[in-house]
Amino acid sequence: MSAYLTALRAIVLREALRFVHQRERFLAALVRPLVWLLVFAAGFRAALGLSIIPPYQTYITYETYIVPGLCGMILLFNGMQSSLSLVYDRETGSMRLLLTAPLPRGWLLFCKLLGSTLIGILQVYAFLAVAWLFDIEMPALGYVAALPALLIAGLMLGALGLAISSFIKQLENFAGVMNFVIFPMFFLSTALYPLWKMAESSDLLRDICAANPFTQAVELIRFALYLDWNLAALGWVALSLAAFLALALWGYDPARGFVRRKG
Amino acid sequence: MTRTGGLNVRDVTFRYGAKTALDCAGFDVAPGRFAALLGPNGAGKSTLFGLLTRLFTTAEGRISVAGHDIAREPRAALARMGVVFQSPTLDLDLTIRQNLRYFAALHGLSGRDAARRIDAALERLDIAERAGERARDLNGGHRRRTEIARALIHGPDVLLLDEATVGLDAASRHAIVDHVHRLAAEDGLTVLWATHLTDEVRDTDRLIVLHRGRIRADGEAGELRGAQSLTDYFLATTGEDA
Repeated sequence: MSAYLTALRAIVLREALRFVHQRERFLAALVRPLVWLLVFAAGFRAALGLSIIPPYQTYITYETYIVPGLCGMILLFNGMQSSLSLVYDRETGSMRLLLTAPLPRGWLLFCKLLGSTLIGILQVYAFLAVAWLFDIEMPALGYVAALPALLIAGLMLGALGLAISSFIKQLENFAGVMNFVIFPMFFLSTALYPLWKMAESSDLLRDICAANPFTQAVELIRFALYLDWNLAALGWVALSLAAFLALALWGYDPARGFVRRKG
Repeated sequence: MTRTGGLNVRDVTFRYGAKTALDCAGFDVAPGRFAALLGPNGAGKSTLFGLLTRLFTTAEGRISVAGHDIAREPRAALARMGVVFQSPTLDLDLTIRQNLRYFAALHGLSGRDAARRIDAALERLDIAERAGERARDLNGGHRRRTEIARALIHGPDVLLLDEATVGLDAASRHAIVDHVHRLAAEDGLTVLWATHLTDEVRDTDRLIVLHRGRIRADGEAGELRGAQSLTDYFLATTGEDA
Protein backbone atom coordinates (compact mmCIF):
# COMPACT_ATOMS: atom_id res chain seq x y z
CA MET A 1 0.00 0.00 0.00
CA SER A 2 1.37 3.39 -0.86
CA ALA A 3 2.44 5.85 1.82
CA TYR A 4 -0.58 8.02 0.97
CA LEU A 5 -3.10 5.28 1.68
CA THR A 6 -1.25 4.07 4.76
CA ALA A 7 -1.47 7.57 6.21
CA LEU A 8 -5.12 7.93 5.16
CA ARG A 9 -6.09 4.72 6.89
CA ALA A 10 -4.21 5.64 10.07
CA ILE A 11 -5.67 9.13 10.27
CA VAL A 12 -9.24 7.92 9.68
CA LEU A 13 -8.75 5.14 12.22
CA ARG A 14 -7.45 7.61 14.77
CA GLU A 15 -10.48 9.86 14.28
CA ALA A 16 -12.70 6.81 14.78
CA LEU A 17 -10.85 5.75 17.95
CA ARG A 18 -11.07 9.25 19.31
CA PHE A 19 -14.78 9.26 18.67
CA VAL A 20 -15.23 5.90 20.39
CA HIS A 21 -13.44 7.30 23.42
CA GLN A 22 -15.75 10.30 23.55
CA ARG A 23 -19.11 8.71 24.21
CA GLU A 24 -20.56 11.98 25.46
CA ARG A 25 -19.88 13.50 22.07
CA PHE A 26 -21.84 10.77 20.35
CA LEU A 27 -24.69 11.13 22.80
CA ALA A 28 -24.78 14.90 22.35
CA ALA A 29 -24.68 14.50 18.59
CA LEU A 30 -27.67 12.21 18.77
CA VAL A 31 -29.71 13.99 21.41
CA ARG A 32 -29.47 17.45 19.80
CA PRO A 33 -31.35 16.60 16.58
CA LEU A 34 -33.74 14.32 18.45
CA VAL A 35 -34.78 17.19 20.70
CA TRP A 36 -35.49 19.23 17.59
CA LEU A 37 -37.36 16.37 15.99
CA LEU A 38 -39.44 15.24 18.92
CA VAL A 39 -39.97 18.47 20.85
CA PHE A 40 -39.58 21.41 18.51
CA ALA A 41 -41.22 19.80 15.50
CA ALA A 42 -44.12 18.48 17.53
CA GLY A 43 -44.96 21.97 18.73
CA PHE A 44 -44.25 23.64 15.43
CA ARG A 45 -46.28 21.43 13.12
CA ALA A 46 -49.49 23.17 14.12
CA ALA A 47 -48.11 26.60 13.34
CA LEU A 48 -46.71 25.77 9.92
CA GLY A 49 -48.74 24.53 7.00
CA LEU A 50 -46.68 22.81 4.34
CA SER A 51 -47.75 22.49 0.75
CA ILE A 52 -46.55 19.79 -1.57
CA ILE A 53 -43.11 20.76 -2.84
CA PRO A 54 -40.47 18.66 -4.58
CA PRO A 55 -39.13 16.12 -3.81
CA TYR A 56 -42.29 15.29 -1.85
CA GLN A 57 -45.24 13.91 -3.83
CA THR A 58 -47.77 14.05 -1.09
CA TYR A 59 -48.50 15.97 2.07
CA ILE A 60 -45.89 15.32 4.69
CA THR A 61 -45.71 15.96 8.40
CA TYR A 62 -43.43 18.67 9.68
CA GLU A 63 -41.31 16.01 11.39
CA THR A 64 -40.65 14.44 8.03
CA TYR A 65 -39.80 17.82 6.55
CA ILE A 66 -37.09 18.68 9.07
CA VAL A 67 -35.27 15.32 9.04
CA PRO A 68 -32.87 16.29 6.19
CA GLY A 69 -32.22 19.62 7.90
CA LEU A 70 -31.35 17.83 11.10
CA CYS A 71 -29.03 15.49 9.18
CA GLY A 72 -27.36 18.65 7.91
CA MET A 73 -27.23 20.01 11.44
CA ILE A 74 -25.37 16.91 12.62
CA LEU A 75 -22.81 17.37 9.86
CA LEU A 76 -22.54 21.08 10.58
CA PHE A 77 -21.91 20.52 14.29
CA ASN A 78 -19.54 17.69 13.51
CA GLY A 79 -17.58 19.91 11.14
CA MET A 80 -17.31 22.65 13.74
CA GLN A 81 -16.46 20.14 16.44
CA SER A 82 -13.55 18.79 14.46
CA SER A 83 -12.50 22.34 13.74
CA LEU A 84 -12.47 22.91 17.48
CA SER A 85 -10.40 19.80 18.03
CA LEU A 86 -7.96 21.00 15.35
CA VAL A 87 -7.40 24.22 17.26
CA TYR A 88 -6.98 22.15 20.41
CA ASP A 89 -4.57 19.79 18.62
CA ARG A 90 -2.56 22.75 17.53
CA GLU A 91 -2.19 23.95 21.09
CA THR A 92 -1.29 20.52 22.42
CA GLY A 93 1.11 19.68 19.62
CA SER A 94 -0.45 16.66 17.91
CA MET A 95 -1.16 18.86 14.90
CA ARG A 96 2.59 19.42 14.66
CA LEU A 97 3.11 15.70 14.61
CA LEU A 98 0.66 15.34 11.75
CA LEU A 99 2.08 18.19 9.71
CA THR A 100 5.68 17.00 10.00
CA ALA A 101 4.80 13.76 8.23
CA PRO A 102 6.62 13.56 4.89
CA LEU A 103 3.48 13.89 2.78
CA PRO A 104 1.94 16.91 1.08
CA ARG A 105 0.18 19.04 3.66
CA GLY A 106 -2.95 19.18 1.51
CA TRP A 107 -3.22 15.41 1.58
CA LEU A 108 -2.76 15.25 5.37
CA LEU A 109 -5.50 17.83 5.86
CA PHE A 110 -7.77 16.01 3.45
CA CYS A 111 -7.28 12.74 5.37
CA LYS A 112 -8.24 14.52 8.56
CA LEU A 113 -11.29 16.03 6.82
CA LEU A 114 -12.41 12.69 5.43
CA GLY A 115 -11.96 11.01 8.81
CA SER A 116 -14.17 13.48 10.62
CA THR A 117 -16.75 13.46 7.81
CA LEU A 118 -17.11 9.69 8.05
CA ILE A 119 -17.70 10.06 11.80
CA GLY A 120 -20.37 12.65 11.01
CA ILE A 121 -22.08 10.32 8.55
CA LEU A 122 -22.12 7.59 11.17
CA GLN A 123 -23.94 9.96 13.51
CA VAL A 124 -26.45 10.84 10.78
CA TYR A 125 -27.33 7.20 10.23
CA ALA A 126 -27.71 6.65 13.97
CA PHE A 127 -30.13 9.60 14.00
CA LEU A 128 -32.06 8.29 10.97
CA ALA A 129 -32.37 4.93 12.69
CA VAL A 130 -33.88 6.52 15.81
CA ALA A 131 -36.19 8.65 13.66
CA TRP A 132 -37.30 5.48 11.91
CA LEU A 133 -38.17 3.98 15.29
CA PHE A 134 -40.49 6.96 15.73
CA ASP A 135 -42.15 6.14 12.39
CA ILE A 136 -40.45 8.90 10.46
CA GLU A 137 -39.53 6.89 7.43
CA MET A 138 -37.87 7.60 4.10
CA PRO A 139 -38.00 5.34 1.05
CA ALA A 140 -35.79 2.32 1.83
CA LEU A 141 -33.39 3.00 -1.02
CA GLY A 142 -33.25 6.65 -0.02
CA TYR A 143 -31.07 5.71 2.91
CA VAL A 144 -28.49 4.34 0.46
CA ALA A 145 -28.89 7.13 -2.07
CA ALA A 146 -28.28 9.69 0.68
CA LEU A 147 -24.78 8.39 1.34
CA PRO A 148 -22.98 10.28 -1.45
CA ALA A 149 -25.01 13.39 -0.64
CA LEU A 150 -24.04 13.14 3.02
CA LEU A 151 -20.43 12.61 2.04
CA ILE A 152 -20.14 15.68 -0.14
CA ALA A 153 -22.20 17.82 2.26
CA GLY A 154 -20.11 16.60 5.19
CA LEU A 155 -16.86 17.29 3.35
CA MET A 156 -18.07 20.79 2.50
CA LEU A 157 -19.05 21.65 6.09
CA GLY A 158 -15.87 20.00 7.40
CA ALA A 159 -13.77 22.03 4.96
CA LEU A 160 -15.47 25.15 6.28
CA GLY A 161 -14.48 24.09 9.80
CA LEU A 162 -10.94 23.41 8.64
CA ALA A 163 -10.69 26.84 7.05
CA ILE A 164 -12.06 28.50 10.18
CA SER A 165 -9.64 26.58 12.41
CA SER A 166 -6.65 27.97 10.54
CA PHE A 167 -7.77 31.51 11.29
CA ILE A 168 -8.62 31.07 14.95
CA LYS A 169 -5.65 31.99 17.04
CA GLN A 170 -6.85 30.63 20.36
CA LEU A 171 -9.28 28.12 21.69
CA GLU A 172 -11.10 30.82 23.63
CA ASN A 173 -12.26 32.47 20.42
CA PHE A 174 -14.31 29.47 19.54
CA ALA A 175 -17.54 30.67 21.10
CA GLY A 176 -17.62 33.27 18.35
CA VAL A 177 -17.81 30.51 15.79
CA MET A 178 -21.00 29.25 17.36
CA ASN A 179 -22.58 32.69 17.20
CA PHE A 180 -21.36 33.77 13.81
CA VAL A 181 -21.23 30.53 11.85
CA ILE A 182 -23.41 27.75 13.19
CA PHE A 183 -26.51 29.72 14.18
CA PRO A 184 -26.81 31.93 11.08
CA MET A 185 -26.05 29.01 8.80
CA PHE A 186 -28.67 26.85 10.42
CA PHE A 187 -31.46 29.37 10.85
CA LEU A 188 -30.97 31.08 7.49
CA SER A 189 -31.48 27.81 5.66
CA THR A 190 -34.23 25.47 4.53
CA ALA A 191 -33.55 23.16 7.45
CA LEU A 192 -36.59 24.39 9.36
CA TYR A 193 -38.76 26.12 6.74
CA PRO A 194 -38.96 25.82 2.97
CA LEU A 195 -37.82 28.70 0.80
CA TRP A 196 -41.31 29.79 -0.19
CA LYS A 197 -42.16 30.20 3.47
CA MET A 198 -39.13 32.46 3.87
CA ALA A 199 -40.20 34.47 0.82
CA GLU A 200 -43.51 35.21 2.51
CA SER A 201 -41.69 37.28 5.08
CA SER A 202 -38.92 38.77 2.93
CA ASP A 203 -37.43 38.26 -0.51
CA LEU A 204 -34.03 39.26 0.77
CA LEU A 205 -34.21 36.61 3.45
CA ARG A 206 -35.13 34.04 0.81
CA ASP A 207 -32.17 35.05 -1.34
CA ILE A 208 -29.77 34.80 1.58
CA CYS A 209 -31.19 31.38 2.40
CA ALA A 210 -30.86 30.22 -1.19
CA ALA A 211 -27.24 31.31 -1.38
CA ASN A 212 -26.35 29.70 1.96
CA PRO A 213 -24.26 26.60 1.19
CA PHE A 214 -25.90 24.89 4.16
CA THR A 215 -29.32 25.27 2.48
CA GLN A 216 -27.98 23.59 -0.62
CA ALA A 217 -26.43 20.82 1.46
CA VAL A 218 -29.78 20.21 3.16
CA GLU A 219 -31.64 20.19 -0.16
CA LEU A 220 -29.09 17.82 -1.64
CA ILE A 221 -29.68 15.42 1.26
CA ARG A 222 -33.46 15.94 1.11
CA PHE A 223 -33.67 15.07 -2.58
CA ALA A 224 -31.27 12.15 -2.26
CA LEU A 225 -33.36 10.67 0.56
CA TYR A 226 -36.24 10.60 -1.95
CA LEU A 227 -34.09 9.10 -4.69
CA ASP A 228 -33.87 12.32 -6.61
CA TRP A 229 -30.77 14.31 -7.52
CA ASN A 230 -30.91 18.02 -7.08
CA LEU A 231 -28.17 19.02 -9.51
CA ALA A 232 -28.29 22.72 -8.71
CA ALA A 233 -27.75 21.96 -5.03
CA LEU A 234 -25.01 19.48 -5.91
CA GLY A 235 -23.22 22.10 -8.01
CA TRP A 236 -23.49 24.73 -5.32
CA VAL A 237 -22.24 22.35 -2.61
CA ALA A 238 -19.34 21.19 -4.79
CA LEU A 239 -18.39 24.78 -5.55
CA SER A 240 -18.52 25.68 -1.85
CA LEU A 241 -16.42 22.62 -1.04
CA ALA A 242 -13.76 23.72 -3.53
CA ALA A 243 -13.79 27.28 -2.16
CA PHE A 244 -13.56 26.21 1.51
CA LEU A 245 -10.81 23.68 0.71
CA ALA A 246 -8.80 26.33 -1.09
CA LEU A 247 -9.27 28.67 1.84
CA ALA A 248 -8.18 25.95 4.29
CA LEU A 249 -5.09 25.12 2.24
CA TRP A 250 -4.17 28.78 2.12
CA GLY A 251 -4.82 29.07 5.85
CA TYR A 252 -2.49 26.16 6.57
CA ASP A 253 0.21 27.21 4.11
CA PRO A 254 3.55 27.07 5.97
CA ALA A 255 4.57 30.40 4.43
CA ARG A 256 1.61 31.97 6.25
CA GLY A 257 2.85 30.46 9.48
CA PHE A 258 -0.44 29.52 11.18
CA VAL A 259 1.42 27.75 13.99
CA ARG A 260 3.92 30.44 14.67
CA ARG A 261 4.93 30.66 18.26
CA LYS A 262 7.14 33.02 20.07
CA GLY A 263 10.03 31.43 21.87
CA MET B 1 28.56 4.44 12.52
CA THR B 2 28.16 7.89 11.00
CA ARG B 3 25.63 9.12 8.51
CA THR B 4 25.82 11.74 5.84
CA GLY B 5 24.52 15.25 5.85
CA GLY B 6 23.94 16.33 9.42
CA LEU B 7 22.15 19.60 9.94
CA ASN B 8 22.99 22.90 8.27
CA VAL B 9 21.43 26.23 9.08
CA ARG B 10 22.56 29.26 7.07
CA ASP B 11 21.73 32.92 7.67
CA VAL B 12 18.18 32.26 8.80
CA THR B 13 16.15 35.33 9.66
CA PHE B 14 12.56 35.28 10.83
CA ARG B 15 10.25 38.07 11.93
CA TYR B 16 6.91 38.19 13.74
CA GLY B 17 5.70 41.43 12.30
CA ALA B 18 8.19 44.05 13.43
CA LYS B 19 9.90 41.80 15.98
CA THR B 20 12.93 39.87 14.75
CA ALA B 21 12.87 36.42 16.36
CA LEU B 22 15.90 35.04 14.50
CA ASP B 23 18.60 37.26 13.09
CA CYS B 24 20.98 35.70 10.58
CA ALA B 25 21.27 32.53 12.66
CA GLY B 26 23.62 29.92 11.24
CA PHE B 27 25.40 26.76 12.38
CA ASP B 28 26.29 23.26 11.22
CA VAL B 29 26.01 20.04 13.16
CA ALA B 30 28.17 17.28 11.74
CA PRO B 31 26.70 13.79 11.34
CA GLY B 32 26.77 11.82 14.58
CA ARG B 33 27.27 14.85 16.82
CA PHE B 34 25.23 15.87 19.83
CA ALA B 35 24.69 19.61 19.68
CA ALA B 36 23.07 21.50 22.52
CA LEU B 37 21.17 24.61 21.55
CA LEU B 38 21.27 26.60 24.74
CA GLY B 39 19.27 29.76 25.19
CA PRO B 40 17.10 31.48 27.78
CA ASN B 41 13.33 31.48 27.33
CA GLY B 42 12.38 33.69 24.42
CA ALA B 43 15.78 33.33 22.73
CA GLY B 44 14.24 32.04 19.50
CA LYS B 45 14.64 28.29 20.03
CA SER B 46 11.04 27.40 19.34
CA THR B 47 10.98 29.63 16.29
CA LEU B 48 14.05 27.82 15.01
CA PHE B 49 12.34 24.48 15.64
CA GLY B 50 9.26 25.64 13.78
CA LEU B 51 11.45 26.46 10.79
CA LEU B 52 13.49 23.25 11.04
CA THR B 53 10.32 21.16 11.01
CA ARG B 54 8.69 23.31 8.33
CA LEU B 55 5.68 24.17 10.42
CA PHE B 56 6.31 27.56 8.93
CA THR B 57 8.84 28.87 6.44
CA THR B 58 11.00 31.91 5.86
CA ALA B 59 12.34 33.36 2.65
CA GLU B 60 15.58 34.42 4.32
CA GLY B 61 18.25 31.79 4.84
CA ARG B 62 18.59 28.10 4.13
CA ILE B 63 18.13 24.94 6.15
CA SER B 64 19.19 21.48 5.09
CA VAL B 65 18.58 18.20 6.87
CA ALA B 66 20.69 15.15 5.98
CA GLY B 67 21.61 16.84 2.72
CA HIS B 68 18.07 17.86 1.75
CA ASP B 69 17.16 21.52 1.46
CA ILE B 70 13.92 21.96 3.41
CA ALA B 71 12.57 24.60 1.03
CA ARG B 72 13.26 22.63 -2.14
CA GLU B 73 12.78 19.05 -0.93
CA PRO B 74 10.57 19.41 2.13
CA ARG B 75 9.30 15.84 2.15
CA ALA B 76 12.74 14.27 1.76
CA ALA B 77 14.01 16.48 4.58
CA LEU B 78 11.06 15.62 6.85
CA ALA B 79 11.51 11.92 6.13
CA ARG B 80 15.08 12.06 7.43
CA MET B 81 14.13 13.89 10.59
CA GLY B 82 12.83 12.73 13.97
CA VAL B 83 11.22 15.34 16.17
CA VAL B 84 10.33 15.50 19.84
CA PHE B 85 8.18 18.56 20.42
CA GLN B 86 8.13 20.61 23.56
CA SER B 87 4.42 20.09 24.10
CA PRO B 88 3.27 16.49 24.55
CA THR B 89 1.87 14.87 21.43
CA LEU B 90 0.78 11.44 22.61
CA ASP B 91 -2.86 10.49 22.35
CA LEU B 92 -3.52 9.68 26.00
CA ASP B 93 -6.44 7.35 25.32
CA LEU B 94 -4.40 5.12 23.05
CA THR B 95 -1.81 2.57 24.09
CA ILE B 96 1.87 3.18 23.52
CA ARG B 97 1.85 0.76 20.63
CA GLN B 98 -1.22 2.37 19.03
CA ASN B 99 0.43 5.77 19.30
CA LEU B 100 3.57 4.48 17.65
CA ARG B 101 1.65 2.65 14.96
CA TYR B 102 -0.18 5.87 14.07
CA PHE B 103 3.11 7.70 13.70
CA ALA B 104 4.65 4.87 11.67
CA ALA B 105 1.72 5.05 9.27
CA LEU B 106 2.19 8.80 8.85
CA HIS B 107 5.64 7.86 7.59
CA GLY B 108 4.23 5.25 5.24
CA LEU B 109 5.15 2.25 7.40
CA SER B 110 2.65 -0.48 8.15
CA GLY B 111 2.28 -4.19 8.86
CA ARG B 112 5.23 -6.29 9.92
CA ASP B 113 7.83 -3.73 8.98
CA ALA B 114 6.20 -1.15 11.25
CA ALA B 115 5.81 -3.69 14.09
CA ARG B 116 9.49 -4.64 13.88
CA ARG B 117 10.62 -1.02 13.94
CA ILE B 118 8.28 -0.17 16.81
CA ASP B 119 9.66 -3.08 18.86
CA ALA B 120 13.22 -2.01 18.14
CA ALA B 121 12.56 1.62 19.12
CA LEU B 122 10.77 0.62 22.35
CA GLU B 123 13.64 -1.72 23.15
CA ARG B 124 16.15 1.05 22.52
CA LEU B 125 14.45 3.31 25.05
CA ASP B 126 13.87 0.49 27.60
CA ILE B 127 10.09 0.75 27.54
CA ALA B 128 9.21 -2.40 25.61
CA GLU B 129 7.32 -3.89 28.56
CA ARG B 130 4.99 -0.86 28.71
CA ALA B 131 3.87 -1.12 25.08
CA GLY B 132 0.36 -2.29 25.90
CA GLU B 133 -0.38 0.42 28.45
CA ARG B 134 -2.37 3.54 27.74
CA ALA B 135 -0.30 6.68 27.49
CA ARG B 136 -2.45 8.22 30.23
CA ASP B 137 -1.16 5.62 32.70
CA LEU B 138 2.52 6.47 32.17
CA ASN B 139 4.47 9.06 34.14
CA GLY B 140 5.99 12.09 32.45
CA GLY B 141 9.40 10.47 32.03
CA HIS B 142 8.02 7.41 30.30
CA ARG B 143 5.80 9.51 28.08
CA ARG B 144 8.85 11.43 26.97
CA ARG B 145 10.73 8.22 26.31
CA THR B 146 7.81 7.03 24.25
CA GLU B 147 7.98 10.21 22.20
CA ILE B 148 11.69 9.74 21.64
CA ALA B 149 11.13 6.10 20.67
CA ARG B 150 8.45 7.27 18.28
CA ALA B 151 10.81 9.79 16.68
CA LEU B 152 13.20 6.92 15.89
CA ILE B 153 10.77 4.51 14.21
CA HIS B 154 11.40 5.64 10.66
CA GLY B 155 15.18 5.55 11.14
CA PRO B 156 15.95 9.27 10.87
CA ASP B 157 19.45 10.72 10.44
CA VAL B 158 18.73 13.85 12.41
CA LEU B 159 16.92 14.01 15.75
CA LEU B 160 15.52 17.33 16.96
CA LEU B 161 14.38 17.73 20.56
CA ASP B 162 12.78 20.91 21.80
CA GLU B 163 13.10 21.24 25.59
CA ALA B 164 12.44 17.53 25.87
CA THR B 165 12.94 17.40 29.65
CA VAL B 166 10.56 20.18 30.64
CA GLY B 167 8.48 19.22 33.66
CA LEU B 168 10.39 16.02 34.48
CA ASP B 169 11.99 15.10 37.79
CA ALA B 170 15.78 14.98 38.13
CA ALA B 171 16.09 11.22 37.70
CA SER B 172 13.96 11.08 34.54
CA ARG B 173 15.76 14.09 33.19
CA HIS B 174 19.13 12.52 33.72
CA ALA B 175 18.04 9.23 32.15
CA ILE B 176 16.69 10.93 29.04
CA VAL B 177 19.74 13.15 28.57
CA ASP B 178 21.84 10.01 28.87
CA HIS B 179 19.74 8.08 26.37
CA VAL B 180 19.91 10.76 23.74
CA HIS B 181 23.67 11.15 24.14
CA ARG B 182 23.99 7.44 23.49
CA LEU B 183 21.85 7.71 20.37
CA ALA B 184 24.41 10.11 18.95
CA ALA B 185 27.47 8.18 20.15
CA GLU B 186 26.32 4.64 19.37
CA ASP B 187 23.82 5.01 16.53
CA GLY B 188 25.45 7.91 14.75
CA LEU B 189 22.41 10.18 14.93
CA THR B 190 22.86 13.91 14.52
CA VAL B 191 21.13 15.45 17.54
CA LEU B 192 20.00 19.01 18.13
CA TRP B 193 18.96 19.32 21.77
CA ALA B 194 17.34 22.63 22.65
CA THR B 195 17.35 23.50 26.32
CA HIS B 196 17.72 26.33 28.79
CA LEU B 197 19.32 24.09 31.43
CA THR B 198 23.11 24.08 31.49
CA ASP B 199 23.39 20.82 33.45
CA GLU B 200 22.11 18.89 30.41
CA VAL B 201 25.19 19.84 28.40
CA ARG B 202 28.42 17.81 28.57
CA ASP B 203 31.89 19.15 27.93
CA THR B 204 32.30 17.05 24.81
CA ASP B 205 29.02 18.31 23.31
CA ARG B 206 28.86 20.84 20.63
CA LEU B 207 27.39 23.97 22.20
CA ILE B 208 25.44 26.65 20.36
CA VAL B 209 24.27 29.59 22.44
CA LEU B 210 21.24 31.44 21.12
CA HIS B 211 20.18 34.73 22.64
CA ARG B 212 17.70 37.29 21.34
CA GLY B 213 17.58 35.58 18.00
CA ARG B 214 21.33 35.57 17.40
CA ILE B 215 24.03 32.93 17.79
CA ARG B 216 26.31 34.19 20.57
CA ALA B 217 28.72 31.26 20.78
CA ASP B 218 29.40 28.08 18.85
CA GLY B 219 32.02 25.46 19.71
CA GLU B 220 32.81 22.53 21.98
CA ALA B 221 31.23 23.14 25.39
CA GLY B 222 34.38 22.36 27.40
CA GLU B 223 36.54 24.68 25.34
CA LEU B 224 34.02 27.50 25.35
CA ARG B 225 33.52 27.55 29.11
CA GLY B 226 37.25 27.24 29.92
CA ALA B 227 37.82 27.38 33.66
CA GLN B 228 34.40 28.70 34.62
CA SER B 229 31.29 26.63 35.12
CA LEU B 230 28.97 26.34 32.16
CA THR B 231 26.29 28.25 34.07
CA ASP B 232 28.66 31.18 34.66
CA TYR B 233 29.77 31.08 31.05
CA PHE B 234 26.15 31.02 29.88
CA LEU B 235 25.17 33.94 32.11
CA ALA B 236 28.16 35.93 30.91
CA THR B 237 27.40 35.21 27.26
CA THR B 238 23.74 36.02 27.44
CA GLY B 239 24.42 39.25 29.30
CA GLU B 240 22.39 41.41 31.57
CA ASP B 241 18.99 39.75 31.55
CA ALA B 242 19.99 36.11 31.69
